[in-house]
Amino acid sequence: MSFIDWIRQPWPWYIAGPLIGLMVPVLLITGNKAFGISSSLRHICAACLPANIPYFRYNWKNEIWNLLFVAGIVIGAFITIQFFNDPNPVQVNPRLATELQRYGILDYRGLVPAELFNWNSLFTAKGMLLIIAGGFLVGFGTRYAGGCTSGHAIMGLSNLQLPSLIATASFMAGGFIVANLVLPYILKL
Amino acid sequence: MDVSETIKQTKQQVVLSPNRDFEVRSLDAVCINESELKHPWWYNFKYLVAGLLFGIILVKAEVISWFRIQEMFRLQSFHMYGVMGSAVVTGAISVWLIKKWKIKTIYGEPIRFASKKFNKGNIYGGLLFGFGWAMTGACPGPLFAQIGTGATVIIITLLSAIAGTWTYGYLREKLPH
Repeated sequence: MSFIDWIRQPWPWYIAGPLIGLMVPVLLITGNKAFGISSSLRHICAACLPANIPYFRYNWKNEIWNLLFVAGIVIGAFITIQFFNDPNPVQVNPRLATELQRYGILDYRGLVPAELFNWNSLFTAKGMLLIIAGGFLVGFGTRYAGGCTSGHAIMGLSNLQLPSLIATASFMAGGFIVANLVLPYILKL
Repeated sequence: MDVSETIKQTKQQVVLSPNRDFEVRSLDAVCINESELKHPWWYNFKYLVAGLLFGIILVKAEVISWFRIQEMFRLQSFHMYGVMGSAVVTGAISVWLIKKWKIKTIYGEPIRFASKKFNKGNIYGGLLFGFGWAMTGACPGPLFAQIGTGATVIIITLLSAIAGTWTYGYLREKLPH
């Protein structure tokens, strides 16, 4: 197996997890930066539409590293898909596949199901809920909670912060409720 | 003038320069460790490289896959729990070692951590984010990664997330914290 073939395979959790965890010391040691991504959304608001709201009145230019970091994520994901992409569809639990089949979700090639997340579905009730309402909740919720999976669940827990543990437990509780009790109704639309 | 003398003076100036965004960040960030050194803006390009590596990891680990998120919330796979768990263990050991050995940044600044105060937003906001996470299959980092993989419609999800953040900023005073 060549190096390219090897790197193309999906990485197991015990490789990917520690690499993600290493982002914490890398950012701290390169310049005292706290790992956290949802703040980038706040900096975008502060840069584009502060509207005299106190929460957005600060010098976002001091936080430009965060915006470059998320720009890097976009480029990194692009490079991966272009050069190290695994051509096989994602291998999911058969129970999930059976459940999703009922809603007509059969395409496992992309990172998001093509049947749900495409430009045409944006004009359906299902697409609007998943894409627009879902996105709104992500942006509103992370800022209300003071962080997201990176800032709370990884950086906060690494620094043994109780509020981060409470926030992480809330993320998971919210996800369990919607994925199991609400999403089936949305997918039926 | 002696070169070392000049460096010493410059160092004093940068250390003494006031950190005006401290209050803003202390309300929000887990660690208020904004560098007090003034660097040219292109010094920030190393974070572009860090983000690029993070983007590769996110895609290769499939943690930005909508399907993996659905498995996680149905307890149908260990993958996401393994990734998150081992990431936190690695991060926690790193933070512990940084504190224990008083490791400094590559510019010689001490690394500082600030503790985070609990507020009710951690719960209310956390639940709302969890709702959105299960729907979009993405937290903020993965949104950027999904766009990079070519799922262009996720740009709309990202714009909605920015609108959500803006709305939070607008309503902040009225929300229970």
